[in-house]
Amino acid sequence: MATIRVQEDVFDPQAEQVALTAGRADIGGVAAFTGLCRADDGLAALVLEHYPGMTERALAEIAAEAERRWPLTGCTVIHRVGRILPGEPIVLVMTASAHRQAALESCAFLIDWLKTRAPFWKREEFPDGTGRWVEARAEDDAAAERWRSP
Amino acid sequence: MNGMRVLYFAWVRHKIGHSQEDISPPAEVKDIASLMRWLATRSPGHAQAFVQPAHVRAAVNHVFCQPDHPVRPGDEVAFFPPVTGG
Repeated sequence: MATIRVQEDVFDPQAEQVALTAGRADIGGVAAFTGLCRADDGLAALVLEHYPGMTERALAEIAAEAERRWPLTGCTVIHRVGRILPGEPIVLVMTASAHRQAALESCAFLIDWLKTRAPFWKREEFPDGTGRWVEARAEDDAAAERWRSP
Repeated sequence: MNGMRVLYFAWVRHKIGHSQEDISPPAEVKDIASLMRWLATRSPGHAQAFVQPAHVRAAVNHVFCQPDHPVRPGDEVAFFPPVTGG
């Protein structure tokens, strides 16, 4: 059963790994991806909006699909919402398995699917008070497409 | 009773000017595509949000869906741009 959280607060990936593996002797490897906020074009902050209710459901479905495809012994997905400053973490996907291949592949799968299948939207804010919505990228669709079921 | 709750997110919400509304569309509104056409007539902001329907995504009752997906009384329908999380 995956741990899924949508929160405003900053998270600590190391603490999440400790929580995932504490007291366990069946985990042979943990893979993690942490997405961070870049200061592109002098960006002051990212503001993350989501669809409460649907977001949690979408993340749970994505995690369940990973658990169907790989023999996972742990899975954590955390996505922040609200105002995020450059250098801060935005998203964490972490997978645990007996062996590395399942952990590494499922971690890549989770972030690729999350980017195209979970209802989050980013708005960039700049120091002069202007803002713009981030546009979806074709590269993200292509990355998700490679995991399509056979 | 023909009511539906409609939610808007990101730039769709900005253009329309509010995040949700309860609507009672006419009987000929049977799917997402016809609902978008009907909503576009409600205000200049709605018209601007739906001027290019292909740029707007939809969900019915928390599940992503295509323009031909049916809508029914009691549904929660959401309109938003392509997602940009992660």
